[in-house]
Amino acid sequence: MIPEFGNFAIILALGLSLMLSVVPMLGAARRQLQWMQTARTLTTGVFVFMLAAFIALAWSFLQDDFSVAYIARNSNTALPTYYKLAAVWGAHEGSLLLWVLILSLWGFAVSVFSKDLPIDMVSRVLSVMGMVEVGFIGFLLFTSNPFERSLLNIPTEGADLNPLLQDFGLTVHPPFLYMGYVGFSVAFAFAIAALLSGRLDAAWSRWSRPWTNAAWSFLTIGIALGSWWAYYELGWGGWWFWDPVENVSFMPWLVGTALIHSLAVTEKRGVFKSWTVLLAIGAFSLSLLGAFIVRSGVITSVHAFAVDPERGLVLLCLLLLIIGGSLLLYALRAPVVAGNSVYGEQSRELYLLLNNIILVVSMAMILLGTLYPLIHEAIYGEANKVSVGPPYFNTLFVPLMGGMSFLLGIAVFTRWKRTPVNHLISSLRPLLLLSIVLGLALPLILQAEFKISVVVALALALWITATLLMDIRNKVRNKASFMNGLLSLGRAYWGMQLAHFGLAVIICGICLTSQYSVEDDVRMQPGDEHEIEEYVFKFEGVREIVGPNYDAQAATITVTKSGEPYLTLQPEKRRYRARGDVQTEADIDVGLFRDLFTALGDPRGDDAWVVRIHVKPFVFWIWLGAFFMATGGVLAILDKRYRRERIRKNSRLDNSSVVSNTIAINEAGNVSTKSFDSNETRGLVEERV
Amino acid sequence: MNSSHRGLLFIPAGFFLLMLLLLGKALFWNQREIPSALLNRPLPEFSKPTLDNPNQTITAAGLRGDILIMNVWATWCPPCHAEHPHLVRISENEPDLVFVGVNYKDDAEAAGEFINTRGNPFAYILTDVDGKLGIELGVRGAPETFVVDREGFIRFKYEGAIDENVWQEKFVPVISQLN
Amino acid sequence: MRASRRSRLTIVIFILLGGVAILFLLRTAFDEGLNVFFTPTEIAEGKAGTNQNLRIGGMVKQGSLKREGEGTLIQFIATDFNADISVVYDGVLPDLFREGQGVVAEGRLQEDGTFMARQILAKHDENYMSAEVKTALEAAESKGAAIPAMQQ
Repeated sequence: MIPEFGNFAIILALGLSLMLSVVPMLGAARRQLQWMQTARTLTTGVFVFMLAAFIALAWSFLQDDFSVAYIARNSNTALPTYYKLAAVWGAHEGSLLLWVLILSLWGFAVSVFSKDLPIDMVSRVLSVMGMVEVGFIGFLLFTSNPFERSLLNIPTEGADLNPLLQDFGLTVHPPFLYMGYVGFSVAFAFAIAALLSGRLDAAWSRWSRPWTNAAWSFLTIGIALGSWWAYYELGWGGWWFWDPVENVSFMPWLVGTALIHSLAVTEKRGVFKSWTVLLAIGAFSLSLLGAFIVRSGVITSVHAFAVDPERGLVLLCLLLLIIGGSLLLYALRAPVVAGNSVYGEQSRELYLLLNNIILVVSMAMILLGTLYPLIHEAIYGEANKVSVGPPYFNTLFVPLMGGMSFLLGIAVFTRWKRTPVNHLISSLRPLLLLSIVLGLALPLILQAEFKISVVVALALALWITATLLMDIRNKVRNKASFMNGLLSLGRAYWGMQLAHFGLAVIICGICLTSQYSVEDDVRMQPGDEHEIEEYVFKFEGVREIVGPNYDAQAATITVTKSGEPYLTLQPEKRRYRARGDVQTEADIDVGLFRDLFTALGDPRGDDAWVVRIHVKPFVFWIWLGAFFMATGGVLAILDKRYRRERIRKNSRLDNSSVVSNTIAINEAGNVSTKSFDSNETRGLVEERV
Repeated sequence: MNSSHRGLLFIPAGFFLLMLLLLGKALFWNQREIPSALLNRPLPEFSKPTLDNPNQTITAAGLRGDILIMNVWATWCPPCHAEHPHLVRISENEPDLVFVGVNYKDDAEAAGEFINTRGNPFAYILTDVDGKLGIELGVRGAPETFVVDREGFIRFKYEGAIDENVWQEKFVPVISQLN
Repeated sequence: MRASRRSRLTIVIFILLGGVAILFLLRTAFDEGLNVFFTPTEIAEGKAGTNQNLRIGGMVKQGSLKREGEGTLIQFIATDFNADISVVYDGVLPDLFREGQGVVAEGRLQEDGTFMARQILAKHDENYMSAEVKTALEAAESKGAAIPAMQQ
């Protein structure tokens, strides 16, 4: 019964989303207030029914209802309860259900937190999200139904969850990642709604900003969790592999980062409008592209889902409709801005533009590298296969990010419109010198091996940190007291600085861990010792242990630090009973300044094993920096100006004024629609609104 | 400024269409088949006692050299009851094939009673009381039937009850290829 | 408009410089990061050079894995049942590496004809036959090699 209920809930959600995609949109076009007002109700309905479907699936997982084919494939009676819940999104169908649930959740969030928006805007935005929902709920229901039953032949036991996925990091990784991916649908919907109504104004960019920040923060955490999971779960000690699936999560992040910055310019200065709209479409399109690549199997990757070309084809059609349609709308309706620049050579606008160019070029390079095997096959024929390895991505990405980090330091100091060049040089020169000197001195002080790449990276990280500290000092200097000054700066400002500081922390982490890690794979017999720096790892041998749903060989490795007993690490080699899959479980001693990483390799006879022993300095900083970045994004959302705006509008508007407002706005919208080809008229409309 | 600028706005859409064509094309190159868990793999090694004589054990290696029809069944499984008479008839018509029963997570006494009263289609019946062989075979439920070739590779797996139609449609083509 | 013209010139110069820099980077990146796929047969025919990054695919020959040496060095034979290639690898094998199953290795060809692998790739999904291995086997089959069983 419960699975049928879940199935029925999806069907209802599909029906409601169909109405949502049509009725409020028509209402906005025809100025029918009642039609527009259905948007919030329908959005809530879609969310409630998707949530019900999700709960139904989770409940069936807990009940071990193996008559549901998806559960029989991905769960097992011996699976611990916690992982039964995580198994809900452990494979294609369930994770798609989660994807759609999160899409409806974002829609619901928009409907709740949009009380200060004009109703026609709200209805267009929610309606656009409804269209995306129709596509994906339909895809879920007709090609990937997680509630499909195999009633004739009910399995007595499930095939178990893929052991790689039986891990805490993975259980939280997809929800965050999807919150990020799908969250860009809000910025996308705002952009499409703005294109449809012809009102690309400061209000549009101000509304988009908190939503974009929220999605971006989630995506940051999601990517960081994925990297953390790969680090300790894959047993290789690496934290980023430039795998296609990693790349497709990274591309929307890069464009999302560009969008955050571009939205700031559009809101404050009213320029780059077309560019910002394109980025908003681009961020969500890349998320959809990611969904396609992961779920269609066109590109083989370590974590791609099972391959089904038919599903791939349906997804491709969805992509064509959603992305193709919005890019066409963009081409037809985005404003063509006149070429005379309203900002100077040393302005914040210019630096943010440079930031955008670098981010988008980086994305394009990653896209090229990811798709290149396909391009190569298309040109040279199917037998000519190539693959693009990490050196490609590192060669391109590292210098681009280096350049961007340098510009970031300057950009923080620039002002809108124009910055006096002398002032810029005089205040930045000492900071630049300080960063270079400290970058040179730090490796010497820490007695580390001198490497030019380390010096450059440290100098860049110090440069970012120094400029942001100096900027804070400049802003506080004129205030009555230091504390007063700090408090007056506003959350958005602190958010920006924290996120930028996060970048500096990540640069340190990436550079130090990739340059100074000691990564030894050693053949060890019981009693053998291996020394890395002040640590001595003693291999005590391997014993058999029995877990809830696996048997394992666990090694005991005692570590002494500078001769003192330090700790014991127990990496395991697990064999999961249900599928017989073998899985390496690394054991890591996490520290702020270094990680001790151990993993069991393969047995080599005579009780000898190959053991991976890595000492990785500063690797934790990579995730710490990502955490700072995401926190920065959240701080920016909490900025007072968004709340003040809402309170003011709420108190001003009663119901009748909403109606009159709406109609006034619609008139404006109509004017712009009718006289679209005449730029002069449209300019007037924009000014009026 | 003028209409030539609007043309530029079509560039993203153009790029996207190109990429979509590429992905669409790639989708059809890479139609990789996903075989079921143990398809085209060797039969897992096992050594199991037979139902009628617990002292006699059968190993995977011992069965090599014949085309095997391995049927996983149990008395607690209703479809197995439905399947049984069909299986008896099919095995009578196929003297060249060796039918092996795997009595899965079952009570030996009940299973012996079942075979005695309803006929025995099997050359051997292995008992898999703890279900370990079932796990190694990737069995998800009963009945399931595997076709194993002379070299000991699993070539086909069918989930669910067999009758003559299923046999003709699904098994006969596979088996004729193996001969 | 003079200022605007000057700034336009700066922009054009910047775009040109940036473009050249990107193209240069791209060229280096492809040189370093591109792995060209070869089958054991193609390598036996001398189609692959020793100066490029290669990716080879095939089956691990039964009984060919040698891991008893002193260090962590491993040696095995990858085959497409038409030609063999000896692969040397220093390090830990992935969990799914098994004799008689498909393998993809990245690395370079040595002067003596052995393949020095930098990385041995394993799929997380056992059911999956990597496109490379499949291509290699199909190519060998079309040349008359007897493929015993697709065992991956």
